[in-house]
Amino acid sequence: MNTATHTLDPHAGHAHHPAGLMRWLTTTNHKDIGTMYLTFSLLMFFVGGAMILAVRAELFQPGLQLMKPEFFNQLIGVHALVMIFAALMPAATGFANWMIPLMIGAPDMALPRLNNWGFWLLPPAALLLTMPFILALFGIGDGAVATGWTLYAPLSVQGGIGVDFAIFSIHILGISSIMGSINIIATLLNMRAPGMTLMKMPLFCWGWLVTAVLLIITLPVLAGGVTMLLTDRHFGTHFFNAAGGGDPILFQHLFWFFGHPEVYILLLPVWGLMPHVLSTFTRKPIYGHTAQVYGFIAIGVLGLIVWAHHFMTAGLPVPALLYFMYSTMAISLPLAVLFFCWIATMWRGAMSFETPMLFAIGFIVLFGIAGLTGLVLADVAADAQYHHSYFVVAHFHYALFAGGIMGVMTGVYYWLPKWTGHMYSEKLGKLHFWLTVISFNFTFMPQFFLGLAGMPRRIPDYALQFTEFNAISTVGAFVLGLSQLLFAWNIWRCVRGGAKATDEVWEGTSGLEWELSSPPPYHSWDTQPVIKSGT
Amino acid sequence: MNEAALPPPRKHGRLVVRLLLLAVAFFAFGFALVPLYDTFCEAVGFNGKTLRDATQAKDLPPSAVDYSRKLDVQFTSTLMPGLPWEIRPLEPAIELHPGELRTTRFLVRNLSDQTIVGQAVPSVSPTVAARSFQKLDCFCFTQQTLAPGESREMALTFVVDSGINKDISELTLAYAFFPAPPKP
Repeated sequence: MNTATHTLDPHAGHAHHPAGLMRWLTTTNHKDIGTMYLTFSLLMFFVGGAMILAVRAELFQPGLQLMKPEFFNQLIGVHALVMIFAALMPAATGFANWMIPLMIGAPDMALPRLNNWGFWLLPPAALLLTMPFILALFGIGDGAVATGWTLYAPLSVQGGIGVDFAIFSIHILGISSIMGSINIIATLLNMRAPGMTLMKMPLFCWGWLVTAVLLIITLPVLAGGVTMLLTDRHFGTHFFNAAGGGDPILFQHLFWFFGHPEVYILLLPVWGLMPHVLSTFTRKPIYGHTAQVYGFIAIGVLGLIVWAHHFMTAGLPVPALLYFMYSTMAISLPLAVLFFCWIATMWRGAMSFETPMLFAIGFIVLFGIAGLTGLVLADVAADAQYHHSYFVVAHFHYALFAGGIMGVMTGVYYWLPKWTGHMYSEKLGKLHFWLTVISFNFTFMPQFFLGLAGMPRRIPDYALQFTEFNAISTVGAFVLGLSQLLFAWNIWRCVRGGAKATDEVWEGTSGLEWELSSPPPYHSWDTQPVIKSGT
Repeated sequence: MNEAALPPPRKHGRLVVRLLLLAVAFFAFGFALVPLYDTFCEAVGFNGKTLRDATQAKDLPPSAVDYSRKLDVQFTSTLMPGLPWEIRPLEPAIELHPGELRTTRFLVRNLSDQTIVGQAVPSVSPTVAARSFQKLDCFCFTQQTLAPGESREMALTFVVDSGINKDISELTLAYAFFPAPPKP
C-alpha cells in the first residue's frame, strides 16, 4: 500500500486522551463517537426488537393471551420510535462519523465538541422514551405513549404521561439530529481534501449531504407540531381541538411534513453506501456517479412535497388527492435511476459474494418490492382499501428493514474490517445473511396477504381467518430476531480479534478510506491528501 | 507530522449560523402553518370547512334564487365524548332551491344534573360544497350553555349559494357538539 507517508501506528495518539469511561464521555474524536453511535444503535435495535417480538407473540393466535390491549398499543408505538430514532438514525450517523472524514481526507469532523454533545443527548432521550414502562411498574402513570409512533391528535391530546415523555424525547432527539446534521454539512462543505470537488465527493457523502439538509428542514416542523401538542395538553391552547377552533387533521399535516422526508432520511445514507459495495465486489467503477447524485437530490426535493399520501383517507378533496398521488408516483422515476445504476454497476462485473455483497443484493431485491408495493399504495383508489391495513405494515418493513436495516448491515460488514483491523467470520456472516433474508420474508410476506384480506394494523386481536398467516409471521419474526444475535456475536468476535485485515480489506476498493491502515490511526489525515484531477 | 503540515483552520461559524437559522425558520414555518392551513381551508372549502359567519362574506346579499334546481340538504349531528347531551335535527332533510333563505332547528337536551357549556363544530360534505353553504345565523357561532335537564331548540339560518357546483344535488351538514374547552 502507498501509505508510507502516513502514521500507521494505531496507538500513536493514545497518550493524549483519558482512559476508561472518561475517554468515552469526553471524546471529540470522530472514530470514538462513530463507535459510540453504532454501539448505541445496536443496543437499541435489540430493545426495539424485543418489544415487537412480544407483540408478535400476542398475535400468534387470535384472542388476547399475553397482554392487555393498552400495553400492546404502547409496545407498537415505542417499537417504531426506538427503531427509527434510536436504531436506524444513530447507525447512519455512526457511519457518517466514522467514514466521512476518512473518505474526504479530513482530520476530523468540523465541530468535534458539538459531535460529542450530539451523541450524549441520545441515551437520555432513549431513557425518556422507555421510562414510562418502568414507572408504570411502580404505579406511576399508565405506561408509555400508546398512540402509535404517529402521535395523532386528538388521541395524543387525551393520552397519559407517556405522551409527554415521548414529546420531550422527540425534542431531545431532534436537537441531537440537527446538531449532527449541521456538523456533517460543515464537514462536507468545508473540509474536503484539496482537489475533491463536490461532484467528485463519494456517493456515501452525497447521500448524507441530502439527508442532513432534509433533517434541518423537516425536524423543526415536527418539533413545532409536538410542541403544539404539549401546549394543547397542558396550557389550554386549541391547535388540534375542533371545539376551540383547531383541527386535528392539521397535526397529520405537520407530522407527515416531517414523516415522509424521514423515510428518505433513513434511506439516503444507505443508498449512498450501496454503490461503493457493489463496485467493490464487482471490481468495476461505480456506474452513473453523477446520475446518482442528481437522483439523491431529486428524491430529496420530491420527498418534501408528497406528505399527504400518508392520510389520503382523511377526507382530502379530489384535486389534492390527485396531486399527492401523481407527485408520489413521480418519486419512482429518480428511484428507478438509482436502481438502474446499481444494476448497471454489477453488469458483467467479476462478482464475488462476500457477506456485504450478499446483503447488498438482498437489499436491491427486497427494497425493490418495497418500491413496487409503495406504488400500489400511492394509488388513491387502491389506497382506500389498503390504508391502515397490514399491507402498509409489510410495505414499510420492506422499505425500512430490508432497505434500512439490511443496508446498515451491508455497511457494517463492509467497513468492520477497516474499523477493527480484523476480518469477521465470513461463515457466520453468510449464515446471518441467509437466516435474516429468509426469516424476514417469512415474517412480512404473509402480512401483504393479511392486509389484502382486510386485517387492520395496530389491533391486538383479529378474526379467525387471519390465524395461519399470523402464525407464520410470528415464527418468522422470532427466527429473524434470534438470528440477529449471530450478527452481534460476529461483531463482538471481530472487535476482539481474528484474521488481520489488509489496508485495502477487499480486492476491488477505491477511495481515500482504503489508503489508510486497518484500523486507521486514532488521528488520520493530519496531512490532507490531494486529489489529482482526473481521478 | 509537523504543525506546519496541518491544513489552515477553516471558519465554520458562518455556515453553522446559516444552518441554525434555517432550522429556526422551519420551526417557525411549522407554527405559520396553523393560520395558513386555516386560511387555505376556508378559502377553498377544503376539509369541509364553512365560513364562520356568512354575514361577513363580501358577496351578500345572496344571489337570486335558482328555481330551476333542487337540492337535498341533510342534517346529522354527533356528540363528542364527555358531553352528556342529546341532540337531533328536527328536520333530518329538507329540499330547497339554491339561493333560498331557510331556517331549520336542532333539538338539544342536557341529560345531566350539571350546567354544561358546549360548542358545535360544523362540517359540510361533499367538501367542495362547503364554500357555497352560507350560514347567516347559527348556534355554532357561540358557545351554548344548558342548565341541568334543560332542552332547547337551536336555530340555523342559511343560504346555499346559487353558484353551487352544478354536479351537486345533495349535501350534508354535520354538527359535532364538543364540551367547550376551558377558557385559557
